[in-house]
Amino acid sequence: MFGAGGGTSSYREAEEADLLVLWGSNAREAHPIFFHHVLKGLKNGARMYAVDPRRTSSAQWADTWLGIHVGSDICLANAIGNEIINAGLVNEEFIKRATENFEAYRTAVAPYTLERAERETGVPRDVIRQLAHDYARADRAQICWTLGITEHHNAADNVLALINLSLLTGHVGRYGSGLVPLRGQNNVQGGGDMGAIPNKLTGFQDVETDMAARARFEAAYDMKLPPKKGLHLSQMFEAMEEGELTTAYIIGENPMRSEADTARTRKNLENLEHLVVQDIFLTDTAKAADVVLPGTAAWCEAEGTVTNSERRVQRTRKALEPPGQARDDIEIIAELAKRLGTDWAGADGKQPSAEDLWNELRTLSPMHTGMSYAALEEKGGIQWPCPEDGHPGTLFLHARLWETDPAKRGNPAPFVPVEQEDPLDELSPEFPLRLTTGRRLESYNTGAQTGGYTTPLRHKETINLSPEDATRLGVLEDEVVRIASRRGEVTAPVHIDRVMREGLAFMTLHFPEEVETNILTLDTWDPKSGTSEFKATAIQVSKIETVS
Amino acid sequence: MTAVFLETPKRLVDVEIDGRTVRVPEGATLLEACRSAGIDTPTLCYLENLTPVNVCRVCVVEVEGSRTLVPSCSRAAETGMKVHTDSERVRTSRKMVLEFLSSSADLSLASADVQRWIAEYGADPSRYGDPEPPHAAGARDATRPGEHEAATDGAEAATVHQPVKYDNDSYVRDYSRCILCYKCVEACGEDAQNTFAIALAGRGFDARISTEFDVTLPDSACVYCGNCIGVCPTDALMPASEYHMRQEGTWDESQQTVTSTVCPYCGVGCNVDLHVQDNTIVKVTSPLESEVTHGHLCVKGRFGYEFVQNRPDEQ
Repeated sequence: MFGAGGGTSSYREAEEADLLVLWGSNAREAHPIFFHHVLKGLKNGARMYAVDPRRTSSAQWADTWLGIHVGSDICLANAIGNEIINAGLVNEEFIKRATENFEAYRTAVAPYTLERAERETGVPRDVIRQLAHDYARADRAQICWTLGITEHHNAADNVLALINLSLLTGHVGRYGSGLVPLRGQNNVQGGGDMGAIPNKLTGFQDVETDMAARARFEAAYDMKLPPKKGLHLSQMFEAMEEGELTTAYIIGENPMRSEADTARTRKNLENLEHLVVQDIFLTDTAKAADVVLPGTAAWCEAEGTVTNSERRVQRTRKALEPPGQARDDIEIIAELAKRLGTDWAGADGKQPSAEDLWNELRTLSPMHTGMSYAALEEKGGIQWPCPEDGHPGTLFLHARLWETDPAKRGNPAPFVPVEQEDPLDELSPEFPLRLTTGRRLESYNTGAQTGGYTTPLRHKETINLSPEDATRLGVLEDEVVRIASRRGEVTAPVHIDRVMREGLAFMTLHFPEEVETNILTLDTWDPKSGTSEFKATAIQVSKIETVS
Repeated sequence: MTAVFLETPKRLVDVEIDGRTVRVPEGATLLEACRSAGIDTPTLCYLENLTPVNVCRVCVVEVEGSRTLVPSCSRAAETGMKVHTDSERVRTSRKMVLEFLSSSADLSLASADVQRWIAEYGADPSRYGDPEPPHAAGARDATRPGEHEAATDGAEAATVHQPVKYDNDSYVRDYSRCILCYKCVEACGEDAQNTFAIALAGRGFDARISTEFDVTLPDSACVYCGNCIGVCPTDALMPASEYHMRQEGTWDESQQTVTSTVCPYCGVGCNVDLHVQDNTIVKVTSPLESEVTHGHLCVKGRFGYEFVQNRPDEQ
């Protein structure tokens, strides 16, 4: 947001907010300990809105649930913005001082009336109006989101639509107000921090436009760096398809299971000239590899750091000796570099340690400079930016936007008008149900990790249907049905689920051994973020004729 | 970007504890005041990450002008208070609490602090006689309020001893060790998890922690976060991994290391302490002082670690 990709607020601010909007986030199950902070906020008197197609276990804690049609988020957000403007509830002073492009935004959202939004989102107009007014009037308000916003073909636009609301009301850059994207993995944020983004160097420094930063890296490494951004994951798969990308080195990722449209992913990976996979499991992706390098579990078999959703960099430590021939990932990469002609060993002949690499990073990434291992240890983690030794870290971002001195305030934050775009996989008489995917409390992503433990909470994969649709289809609880999309079909037992609205179906991707849900999904991706539209697939569900 | 958020400054109050003046921030409890002054104060039902429920009464102190002893864990320090922590009344009260609890429940796995307090206050549970035989499985759960029948004639000490409840793969409930401190109920309820799977059932000596209608955990609302385990002071609640090792006689804390790291799952980034014995994770806890977790975890963080030690070739 406005330059640095990270959540603006700290978890503890949720405890002292007046209004929390959970938008496309089932934090109760997907981010349970963040939800503890939310629950403290509710206990302290905060009100909560939940925007979600399903009435999830998170939504059940909300004062008001907005049961939105899948993929109509921008329409809803723009209508909220329009209502805030029409009701005279905008924060004029903040808009004038700290933002730009407001007029374009006002014009863009004007057609998004409450009536239209009711028609297109399925949410009653009075409820949209109430959310708009409550959000604008709250002293401290946060919008928290997860994959319900970002697993769409227009993910970046969805996020911009929410950012616009925060700019309209000044709900950013102040304690208790903010924008809170909850990350799906323990180091998604850290991956971004480290520069695992096609157009960024470490510390969110742009590879193409930030000449000073690039010069710093070039000086440190004593070589020229290509001033050209790379490919994101979806582009890489496209490049594989076009034969431009012929070799892949995949570390700790299982695209064979996690990518949308499994058949296409398999073809692309199997057609590679050379595939190297470094993982702690022999995943389906690893099985397709030419070379498998057994790595270590970064959280308990190696030293390092991870960054969480409140930008807190924390130490991970080695508690276990890795099994068999598994080696520390740093060591594997260093050995590989040596074979390729670059020896990173120090004067003592030893490969760099995690701390050596971290200290190198601190010289190149200004937002991490003050975070020595000793400081991280002492403070129990530090939230970036932390630009110098002794700096306490940063509780919330963008406080500068509230500075009265224009010099301190810096560049204004731009409104970026965005338009509603419906999901690409259109509903039709043949494919009339909208399948959305998500997670359950006790399981995680493709189940590679959570498959390792048993818990009474776990149930087999099902397709969850509303009671109305189950009745219409004439299917019963546990009845195995055929589920087809434009790309393929699977079978799964039915679970009749009262949290579902008519026309909506839900599956997870936790049990690919049982049901390969991603055979159904569409791998069309957002050109700005590279995320596939896992949340909106058009399907048909039909009874399996039994042979008697 | 460099703005630093400061806490609202707090006024300081002076209290007199055992004749010494102790200065604490406004709102601090007498327990915090005692601890800041280095006065050892026993607690059982108190924990930093829970709201005090004042049920165990072992932390009581004498405040001049107060008719009864006051629980230090919840009483706020006020300017001018005169507090005594080592008077005859306080010592007797603490001793009786420890004596009654240790005569009725098995405190052998309670912390070293608890064992020390039992010794220091001279609690002697043996003076109530030998413990009565354990209750049959389910017998205590079947009691009804108002229908308490003393099982012994007074020659034996009444106890809560009963078989271990072991009805799921994640954790066991050994209510022979339960002192009804209420922490598990608080952690399952309003203070952390807000799942409300357990509550207090029964009255008087028949009171016990129970799921609704005493159903098994898999049939209850339990979501296996194990936050009840994390707060239990007597090990009445224990991960199944620890229970098995104790049964086999292989549990050995002197051979264990505790390593602080970060949970491998979602992006919340919970701090986890891995208790490792023989290169195997045997228990996961979270530090109370963590700003992220306040000592609480979810089912994945507490129990979802097996994937790093399912090693087919070593089995």
